[in-house]
Amino acid sequence: MLQEALDYLTDADSWWGRNGLVNLLWNHVRLSVFTVVVAVVATIPPALWFGHRRRGGDVAVTIVNLSRAVPTFAIIALVFPFSLRYGFGLGFWPTFVALFFLALPPIFVNVYLGVSEIDRDVVEAARAMGMREREVLLDVELPAAMPLIATGVRISAVQVVATTTLGALVGFRCLGSPILQGLSTRDYGKVIVAATIVAVLSLLTEAFFALLARRLTPWARSDVAAARVQTSGAGAGSEFAV
Amino acid sequence: MSTEPLIRWDWIPDHWDDIREATFEHLQLTGSSVAIGFVIAMAMAVISIRWRFLYAPLAAVSGALYAIPSLALFALLVPFTGLGYRSAQIALVSYTLLILLRNIVAGIDGVPQSVKDAADGMGYEPWRRFIAVDLRLATPTIVGGLRIATVTIIGLVTVAALVGSGGYGTFIDDGLSRDFPTPIVVGAGLSIAMAVVFDVLFVLLQRILTPWTRVQTAQEA
Amino acid sequence: MSGQAAIRLVGLTKQYPGADRPAVDHLDLEMPAGEIVALVGPSGCGKTTTLKMLNRLIEPTSGTIEIDGRPVNELPVHELRRGIGYVIQHTGLFPHKTVGANIGTVPRLLGWDKDRIRGRVDELGELVGLEPEMLRRYPGALSGGQQQRVGVARALAADPPILLMDEPYSAVDPIVRARLQDELLDLQRNVHKTIVLVTHDVDEAIKLGDRVVILNVGGRLEQVAPPAELLASPASDFVADFLGEDRGLKRLALLSVSEIVPGDGPIAEVGDGAEIARAAMDEHHVDWFGVCRNERMLGWLWRHELNGTVTDTDVRPFRSVVRPTNTLRTALDGIVNSSTNVAIVEDEGGRYRGMVRIEEISEGMRA
Repeated sequence: MLQEALDYLTDADSWWGRNGLVNLLWNHVRLSVFTVVVAVVATIPPALWFGHRRRGGDVAVTIVNLSRAVPTFAIIALVFPFSLRYGFGLGFWPTFVALFFLALPPIFVNVYLGVSEIDRDVVEAARAMGMREREVLLDVELPAAMPLIATGVRISAVQVVATTTLGALVGFRCLGSPILQGLSTRDYGKVIVAATIVAVLSLLTEAFFALLARRLTPWARSDVAAARVQTSGAGAGSEFAV
Repeated sequence: MSTEPLIRWDWIPDHWDDIREATFEHLQLTGSSVAIGFVIAMAMAVISIRWRFLYAPLAAVSGALYAIPSLALFALLVPFTGLGYRSAQIALVSYTLLILLRNIVAGIDGVPQSVKDAADGMGYEPWRRFIAVDLRLATPTIVGGLRIATVTIIGLVTVAALVGSGGYGTFIDDGLSRDFPTPIVVGAGLSIAMAVVFDVLFVLLQRILTPWTRVQTAQEA
Repeated sequence: MSGQAAIRLVGLTKQYPGADRPAVDHLDLEMPAGEIVALVGPSGCGKTTTLKMLNRLIEPTSGTIEIDGRPVNELPVHELRRGIGYVIQHTGLFPHKTVGANIGTVPRLLGWDKDRIRGRVDELGELVGLEPEMLRRYPGALSGGQQQRVGVARALAADPPILLMDEPYSAVDPIVRARLQDELLDLQRNVHKTIVLVTHDVDEAIKLGDRVVILNVGGRLEQVAPPAELLASPASDFVADFLGEDRGLKRLALLSVSEIVPGDGPIAEVGDGAEIARAAMDEHHVDWFGVCRNERMLGWLWRHELNGTVTDTDVRPFRSVVRPTNTLRTALDGIVNSSTNVAIVEDEGGRYRGMVRIEEISEGMRA
């Protein structure tokens, strides 16, 4: 079986062309990055605002619980018929919409918690020193929440990269495509190679964001931030919102 | 497709037997995966607590397993363990490890040192203290971990249908391949319902197992 | 605002919605420029609410606050606050900024240029006793006492005339607290700020305050007085209770030896005849006497040790010797711990000035 994988790996046709691994990888990464960027842009401002006002904690907890109960496979599958009905077609759009909903909760919840759980004294001190609300938010709350924000984006990104694979089910050509093809034709060499690439891609995403977080927040030890998430109101949920 | 309604209600009674069978499969795969995962995670937690330096590598390995996309992991196992139940189960067990290991260790770490010292001072043997004091007081966090793991696995079992292990995912897969929304809605809806039911059950279980936490919140209020 | 600033509260009232009585009730108070005013009282007395109304973290329901005759709500709130330093119990340091950046916050908000900010930060670090290399660390790496020093430095950064301190030392251990309190007093001798200090610790209020404001539950003013006056004549039973059973001892700690007149005591010069020593002892109704030479107190002898002419052989040194700047509490401590029941008073040059007994201390406290 490993021989089959090796054969597939060394065959130039596996790599190049419209359905080659390079093109599929590029599609995969492109959609993932696009989704995460859109999710970050769409989620961070409202989450910051809720956190700044310290309102909406119940909303955050509800979002985490709901998102955990709704399987990603089901989101993609449910978006699919709508996409067809309203003319968005196969592939990109149903996958994007499903991934977008998947990407929101971890970012929203972690940004919200990151801001709303900053020590009240710190925020009071900022106001007492004469910062305007905008300065409090951008100069104190946003950077102080950065460890949790980074955690939220990391969880989101890893999930998006992983779940993009399922886009193959609704006709999006990505690294999931050779896996599904291989499974149905019992071409296991293909399956092993594609699945390994996806797995490595996920691990690299995780590692990339972990490093990025460390660079962005030299003052925070990552285990402190993790402990805060664990003990926070949403329980360990924000770390494991699948 | 454009005239096809999102759900045809008459499909449900026609497929009553299929639904019952899928429910059974879904429950079985979830239950066995969480149970096996719990046993392995508990062993890992005991090792981590006894030899602290092993916690980081064990957590890193379970973290890496957790980060691997479900479809990729299922697919990677199929060539070795075949299509069906066994491949699905190995992958699902591996997904529970990170959640359970972290919660067990965090729960036990959260037991106040003063309580542990008091138990030692009263003459508990180490293993007995571990079971009667450390594990008992860590129950809320451990049950919390089981809750998250169970709800997560219920969702992932739907994906496992792609490698032929049955469950509600079969309906979703079937609906996708036939461009027929009804089974998709039914499969997704049932999976969500099962997740919510277990979420609530675990909250209740947690209350029953940890009467002291309610007393505390009452005092704080 | 620059230089010094006096604060005046007129009819200041804060009624929280839903509360059955005001947190602060028609408070009138003068806080003179350059003084430390300590607000003290039990929890629920509105001391923190009062403090937070000064920099408008809380807006009053009615009444006015004036700083140097100008109502505080005349300025935009952020400008007002940039001119008032604020120090709180848990310091509220920004975890994501270095100690230096924390200290430089207000100058940065005020738009100072970088070199000026850096210079000011270095200067303040030195003023509050921080090692220069600490300025590059993050607050999380500092001890509680160091964090509190950073908090004070940050509050002083733009040289505001007013400093508000809310329970600044209650989160640090007693030894560090005492040291930080002493540092604040040293600092105040150089900077002459108008400092408003909120504390629940009456000893801290007495130690630090030039005047002490005692508040009762519901924001009622019980008494305003300098510490010594407060201890000497509490205005009500509440104040007396609040000051505690050892009010007299606390007051002794505020009075210095120079404020009482020492007695002359039973003494004899080296070379005097035995009858002079005996007469001194009889006059004071004691069985011991002090031996002097050239205005220096050498020690003391029992009556039965007197053997002909007074000499300095075998004299025992007095256990307790105080100077005019010592507190009466120190003197009293010496008195009760010595077999002669006196404390010797010497001047700064070490010359004998007299003896203090419990009677002189009581006399001094009545005066």
